Amino acid sequence: MPLDGTNSEITFSLDGKKVTALPGETIWQAAKRLGTDIPHLCYAPEPGYRADGNCRACMVEIEGERVLAASCIREPAEGMVIRSASERAEKTRKLVFELLAADQPLRAAAHDGESKFWQWADRLVVSGSRFPVRQTPDPDPSHPAMAVNLDACINCTLCVRACREVQVNDVIGMAYRGSDSKITFDFDDPMGDSTCVACGECVQACPTGALLPATVANPAGRVKPDRQVDSVCPYCGVGCQLTYNIEGDRLLFVEGRDGPANHKRLCVKGRFGFDYVHHPDRLAKPLIRKDGVPKHADANFDPSNPLKHFRETSWEEALDVAAKGLKKVIDVKGGNGLAGFGSAKGSNEEAYLFQKLVRTGFGTNNVDHCTRLCHASSVAALMETVNSGAVSAPFYDCENSDVIIVIGANPTVNHPVAATFFKNSVKNGSKLIVMDPRGQALSRHATHMLQFKGGTDVALLNAIMHTIVAENLTDEDYIQGFTEGFDELREHVAKFPPEEMSDICGIDAETIRMVAREFATARRGIIFWGMGISQHIHGTDNARCLIALALMTGHVGRPGTGLHPLRGQNNVQGASDVGLIPMFFPDYVSVDKEDIRRRFENFWQAELDPNPGMTVVEIMNAIHSGDINAMYIMGENPAMSDPDVRHAREALAKLDHLVVQDLFLTETAFHADVVLPASAFPEKDGTFTNTNRQVQMGRKALPLPGDTRQDWWIIQEIGNRIGLDWTYSGPDEIFAEMAACMPSMNGITWQRLLEEDSVTYPVGEDGVGQEIIFREGFPTETGRGKFVPSDVTPPDEVPDDEFPFILTTGRVLEHWHTGAMTRRAGVLDQIEPEATANLSPGALARMGLQPGDILRVETRRGAVELKARADRDVPEDVIFIPFCYVEAAANLLTNPALDPFGKIPEFKFCAARVSATPSKPAN
Amino acid sequence: MSNSKREILRFRGPGSGGKGSSQTKGRQADPATVEEISDLLGEMPRSRDHLIEGLHLIQDRYRGLSPGRLAAMADLYRLSLADVYETATFYHHFDVLDDGDEHPPEITIRVCDSVTCAMFGAEQLRCDLIAANLDNVRVVHAPCMGACDQAPAVAVGKNQMGKASIGQVEKAVAEKATNPVIPGHIDYNTYLLEGGYETLRNCLLGDLSREDVISRLESSELRGLGGAGFPTGRKWRIVSGFDGPRMMAVNADEGEPGTFKDRYFMESDPHRFLEGVLIGLWAVEADACYIYLRDEYPAAREILLRAIAKLEQTDLLEPGCLHLRRGAGAYICGEESAMLESIEGKRGLPRHKPPFAAEIGLFSRPTLINNVETLFWVRDVLEKGADWFSGHGRNGRKGIRTFSVSGRVREPGVKIAGAGITIRELIDEYCGGMADGHTLKGYLPGGASGGILPASLADVPLDFGTLEEYGCLIGSGAVVILSEEDSTADTAINLMKFFEEESCGQCTPCRAGCEKAVKLMQCDDWDQPLLEELSQVMMDASICGLGQAAPNGMLSVFRHFPDDVKRG
Repeated sequence: MPLDGTNSEITFSLDGKKVTALPGETIWQAAKRLGTDIPHLCYAPEPGYRADGNCRACMVEIEGERVLAASCIREPAEGMVIRSASERAEKTRKLVFELLAADQPLRAAAHDGESKFWQWADRLVVSGSRFPVRQTPDPDPSHPAMAVNLDACINCTLCVRACREVQVNDVIGMAYRGSDSKITFDFDDPMGDSTCVACGECVQACPTGALLPATVANPAGRVKPDRQVDSVCPYCGVGCQLTYNIEGDRLLFVEGRDGPANHKRLCVKGRFGFDYVHHPDRLAKPLIRKDGVPKHADANFDPSNPLKHFRETSWEEALDVAAKGLKKVIDVKGGNGLAGFGSAKGSNEEAYLFQKLVRTGFGTNNVDHCTRLCHASSVAALMETVNSGAVSAPFYDCENSDVIIVIGANPTVNHPVAATFFKNSVKNGSKLIVMDPRGQALSRHATHMLQFKGGTDVALLNAIMHTIVAENLTDEDYIQGFTEGFDELREHVAKFPPEEMSDICGIDAETIRMVAREFATARRGIIFWGMGISQHIHGTDNARCLIALALMTGHVGRPGTGLHPLRGQNNVQGASDVGLIPMFFPDYVSVDKEDIRRRFENFWQAELDPNPGMTVVEIMNAIHSGDINAMYIMGENPAMSDPDVRHAREALAKLDHLVVQDLFLTETAFHADVVLPASAFPEKDGTFTNTNRQVQMGRKALPLPGDTRQDWWIIQEIGNRIGLDWTYSGPDEIFAEMAACMPSMNGITWQRLLEEDSVTYPVGEDGVGQEIIFREGFPTETGRGKFVPSDVTPPDEVPDDEFPFILTTGRVLEHWHTGAMTRRAGVLDQIEPEATANLSPGALARMGLQPGDILRVETRRGAVELKARADRDVPEDVIFIPFCYVEAAANLLTNPALDPFGKIPEFKFCAARVSATPSKPAN
Repeated sequence: MSNSKREILRFRGPGSGGKGSSQTKGRQADPATVEEISDLLGEMPRSRDHLIEGLHLIQDRYRGLSPGRLAAMADLYRLSLADVYETATFYHHFDVLDDGDEHPPEITIRVCDSVTCAMFGAEQLRCDLIAANLDNVRVVHAPCMGACDQAPAVAVGKNQMGKASIGQVEKAVAEKATNPVIPGHIDYNTYLLEGGYETLRNCLLGDLSREDVISRLESSELRGLGGAGFPTGRKWRIVSGFDGPRMMAVNADEGEPGTFKDRYFMESDPHRFLEGVLIGLWAVEADACYIYLRDEYPAAREILLRAIAKLEQTDLLEPGCLHLRRGAGAYICGEESAMLESIEGKRGLPRHKPPFAAEIGLFSRPTLINNVETLFWVRDVLEKGADWFSGHGRNGRKGIRTFSVSGRVREPGVKIAGAGITIRELIDEYCGGMADGHTLKGYLPGGASGGILPASLADVPLDFGTLEEYGCLIGSGAVVILSEEDSTADTAINLMKFFEEESCGQCTPCRAGCEKAVKLMQCDDWDQPLLEELSQVMMDASICGLGQAAPNGMLSVFRHFPDDVKRG
C-alpha cells in the first residue's frame, strides 16, 4: 500500500457524542464505523471509488456552517459539532430522494426494486414524489451483456467513476448539462456500438438498476439469485476473486469480490463469460471412437455432434479402454513411448496428480503443458539468472513505482484487470513506458510509446542498457552487493550504441536515451512483460536483457520495483510450480539430479525416470518420428495452440492411442480414441496460483452436469487401472500431499485457504505471505543475480518478396486461449463471433482492400481465409490474427522454430502474404 | 508449398456463427480528418487545458463539431471520446452534431432573453426575427450578454448590438457584419502617458515590496467585486502563504444577468485592469496567469489580445506567462472553481470546498483568483493610498462599488458609486430618475441570484451583508429596476428558467430542483409550501452558489410581492 502522510486522530462531536475519526476518514466513514448509517447513493464504500458528493443524500449539519455538508466527502475537523440526524438534515435527505423518485419508473415497474436507491427510499419512507416528472431517455438494448435503462438514472456518476477512474476504460461520460445532463457512451452512442470493453464495472456500481447484467434484467423486475458461492475467475493469470450468483443449477451472474489482485474488478470474460458451462455442446457422457472411423489431420468435424465419430459409453468401459491403450504402450515400449499434457486451466491438485500419474504411472518425464507456449523462455532466463521462475513483486505494486515498463504485453486485452492497476498508477503520477510493435489501449496513457520493429527486442534493450552504462546511471551499490557478471555485460552492451541500434529497432536514438534515463534514474522502476518477449526464438535472450536491466538499475527487491512476467492462464504459475513440466519435479527441482530423484522416489514410492522429458513441440515431433505412440491429454488443446498446427494435428492423428479429458469435443479431442467428460471450473474445489504467487481457493458452485466427473477422480481411476493404488478422497488430501513435498507451500494449508481465500507464497516466519522477494539477494548458489549478455538474433523467418508481411498472433479480449470455453460463452461469442485478420487501414488501402473483405493469408506452412479488420494499432507491414478461431486457425500459419533454451515457438513472427478472395462476399 | 497446405480447411467453429466487426471497437478517427484538424490547431499544445480552445477553432471554422472532427480531437489530444464529448456538449457555444447532421447556417443570431432584455421585448423580437426567415441564418435565444443598459441586446455572429431592432439585425445580416465592433478605449501609449504601469514597475524594481502591496490592499477595504466580497489583501496573503508553484486566474466570466461592469472596464481601460493582473502575478509570485473571458465578449477579447501582445513586447510581461482563455457559453463558469475546471479543459463543474482554490486551485496548485473589477482598482489603491479607496462610501459603508444599472430608469449604465448607497439615491443621483411613466415597484439588487426587493426597501444601504436579512444579496451589483408595469412573478420565472438552463447538473438539489421549480412555477397556482420546502433544500444542499441562490427570486416574490402570484 502507498504510504500516506499520516495525521493524528480527529476528535469531534457526532450527534452529541464525542468521537474520533481516523486519519483521512470522512464524516460518513467515521459515522459508519461508529454504527450510524447515513443514506448515500453516489458514494460507494468500495475500493477505488472516490467520493463525489453530488447526490446530496448524505447531508449532515455542521454547527457554525451556513449550509449542510455532504458527509461522504467532508472530513471532520477538530472540535467540529456534527448532527447527522437533525430535522434539517433529515428533511433535506428525504426531499433529495423525493426529487430523484419523481423521475424514476414507478416502484412497481422498477428495473431493480431491490436497488440501493429503493432500499434507502424504503428506509427514509419515500415511496413516491410530489414533483412533476421530466422526460427520460429510452432504453438502450444494444449491448449483449448489459441492459441500459437510463430512465432509472439519478446522475450519480458512479458508472462514470467506475469506467474512468476504477477501470480506466474511459467510455462512459456525463454529457450535456443541467437537467439535460445524461450518461453517455463515447459520443452518446448505443452502448453496443461504443468502445465499451464490457468489464461491467458500471453495472456493479450502479445503485438504481439503470445498468444491469442482461441476464437479470426483466420487465417483471430483476431476477434474483437463490444462492452465492465465492470463488476465483477461471480465465487469465490475474486471479480475480468473484462471486457466482446462482439460480437453481444455473449461473445467473457474476460479481467481483475484494480479492488482493482485483478489488472487486473483473473483465468481460470473468464477469460475462461464464455460461460455457451450460452450453449444449458440453459432453455429458464418456465417448469411445466408433470402430472404423479413421483419424486424419484435416478431417472435418462438428463439435456439437460428437456421435458422428464417437459412441457414448459407460465410465467403466471408457476408463478400461483408455487405460488399456496406455498400458499397452507402457508394456511394449516403456514409459518414454508415452506423454501427457496437463493444463494450466486446472487446479494445482489436478496438475500435481497428473504429473504424478505420468511420472509414477507411465514412468516418464514426458509431461508438459501450455507454459511451454507462454513463458518457458522467461522462466529459463529467470532460473538461469536468479534461480526462481516466479515474479518478484505483485503487479499491483506498480502503485509504488515511479516508472513502469510494459514490454511485449497487451495487458488491457490479456490481463485486463492488471491493466486497470497500471492505468490507476499512471493517473496517480507514475510514468508508463510501453514498448511493443503494435499500439494498444495503454498507448494513450503512456509517457513514451515505443513501437519498435518486431523481433528487435535485444537491439532496443541493449541500446537502453548501453545508455545507462555510458551515462553512469547504474546502481553501483546494488551491482556490487547483489549481482555477478556485470563487467562482462558492461563490455557487451558497449557494442550496442543507440545510434547503431536505432536503424535495427526503428526507435530514434534520443528516445532510447530518454527512456533509459527515466528508468535508470527512477527511484522505483518495475518491468512487466508478456508473450511479445517470450514467443521468439530469442525469447530467452529478450528476458535476459530485461533481467539485466533491472539488476543494473537496482530495481529489484524493493516496493515498486521488480520483474513481473505476466502469466497468461489462471493456473500456469501453479501448474509449473507443482511439476507439470518435463525437467522439474514440484518446486522446480531438477529431475536429473540424483539426490532429488531419490527424494521423490521415496516420497512417491515409485521408480522415476532420471532423464528430463520432452517439451510440447518436441513431443509432437517424437510422435511423427514414431518414438511416442500414446498420450493422455487433460484440458489441453494442442490441435489449436501448437505452432504449425497441421503438423500437431497430424501427430495426434498418428497416435496409436489418445485419451482426452475435456468439457467439449475440442479440436484435440476429435483425434482421441477415448474422450472423458470432465468438470468445469465452477463445478470443482481446488487451489489456483495467480501471476502474483497468490494461491487462491476456487469453490464448487454447481453440481456436475450429466455423467461428468471430477478431474482428479478421472486421473485416479486411470492411474489405478495402469497399476497404481491411489485412494485420494478429494482435492484437500491431494493438496496436503503436494504441500508436503513443496517447501514453497510452507505455511499454506487447505484450511487456511478456505479461511483466507488467498495466501501469497513464500510465507515468511511471521506467517504472512511475502509479496516482494529478493529483498536480500537471490536464491542462487552465490546469493547473487547473474548478468547474462545477449546478442541480436534475427527472427527465424523474415519477410521477403514472396511473403512480404510479418504475421503475429495473440488474443482478443473476449476469447481466451483456443476459445474452447469463451467461444461457447454467449456474450463473448456475440461480441467477437468471427475470425479476423487485423491490418492497418493504410495497408488495406494500399492493396485496394476494404475492411470487411475476406482475405487469404498464407505462409509457408498453410493458408486461411478470414475477414479483414482495420486496426490502427497494427503497423503497416504486419498482420495480426488471434489464434482462437478454428475456422481460420492462426496456428496453421505460425512458425514452429524454437527458442533453444525455453523451447518456445516463435508465435510472434513469421513471413506471410495477403491477397483478396474475390469469390467470397464480404458482409 | 504442398497443395494440402494451400487448401483452406473449412471447420465449423463452436460459436453461433455471427458476423464480426470490420473495425476495432467504437468510433475510429479517420487519418485524413486527424491531419485536417492537426493543421487547423497549428502550434497549439495538444494538452487537455487547450481542448476548449481547440474546439473553438473547429466551431469557428466549420460552424459545428461533427463526430468525425471530435474523434480527431480525441486522437490528437490523446483523450477518450467520452472526455471530448462531455466537454463539448457542456458549453452552449459549441454545436455538437450527430452523424449526418447538417452544419448550422452561416450566421447565428442570439437574442438575449435575460431579465432586462425580456422586459424590453426580447421575446417579441426573437419571434419577429424567426418570422423574417432570413437566409443562412438561425435565431436562438441566449442568456445575458452584458448589454442590459441597451436592452434588448442581440448578437449577429460576434457583432453585438444594443436597442436592437429587426431592421438593424437585417442590415447586419445582409452586410455579413458578424465581427465585433471594437469600442474606443485607452490604449497602451495613452495609458503610459498618464502614469500607467509605473506602479507595476515600482513593484518589479523593488521600490514596492510584496508586503507593502499586500498590507496596503488589506487596509484599503478592497473586496472581491465579483460578488463574494472577500477582502482582497487577505486573499493575496493567504495564497502567498502556500508553497509554490502558484498560479493566478482572473475571472472575466461576468455572466450574472444584469451585470456589465467588468466588460465596461475591460473595453474602456484595459491596461488599468492588466496592470492589476500583473501586480497580482508578481505579488503572489505565480508562475502564470489565466484570464478566463466569457465568449459573449468578443470585443473585449480583441482588445485584451492586442493589449497583451503589446505588453509581451515590453519588459513588463514575459511572453507565455499571461494566457487569455475563452469561455464557451456557460454561466456556471463564473463560479470560481467551475472556471478552474473549464480552464483545465473540462466541463465547468464547481468543486467541493474545502479545499479552497487558494490552497488547491488551477492544476492543483495554490491559486489566486480575482475578478476583473477587483484588479482594476489595484493600481489606484496602491497609488492613491488605502484611504482613498476606503474613503468612498456612505451610510456607514466603505469603498467604491460599481453598479450595473438597467431596467426602468432614464439613464441606465455603469455607475461608480460609494458602497452603501441606497437604490433611491442611485436612481436619483446617477440614473436621472425613473424612466418616463414608470413608478418604482421593486429592484433586483444583485442580478438573477440576489433576490428582489420592494420599493418599500428603497432606502436600505446597498453593500455586502446589508441585504441578507431581507433574503437578498448585493453580489456583483447588477441592479435591475422594476416598475409597476412589471410582474415579479414573470421575473421570478425568467430567473428560474435561467438557472435551469445554466445549472451544471452536478448535484441533485440544483439539477432537479431548478427543473422542478420551473415546472411548478409554470402552473397557474404556485404550490407555496412545496416550493418553499424545495427552496430550503436547494439553499442548504446545493454544492455551489448557483443552486443555493437560485430560489432567491421566487422566495422574494412570496415575501415581498405576495399579490403577484396565485398560490395553491
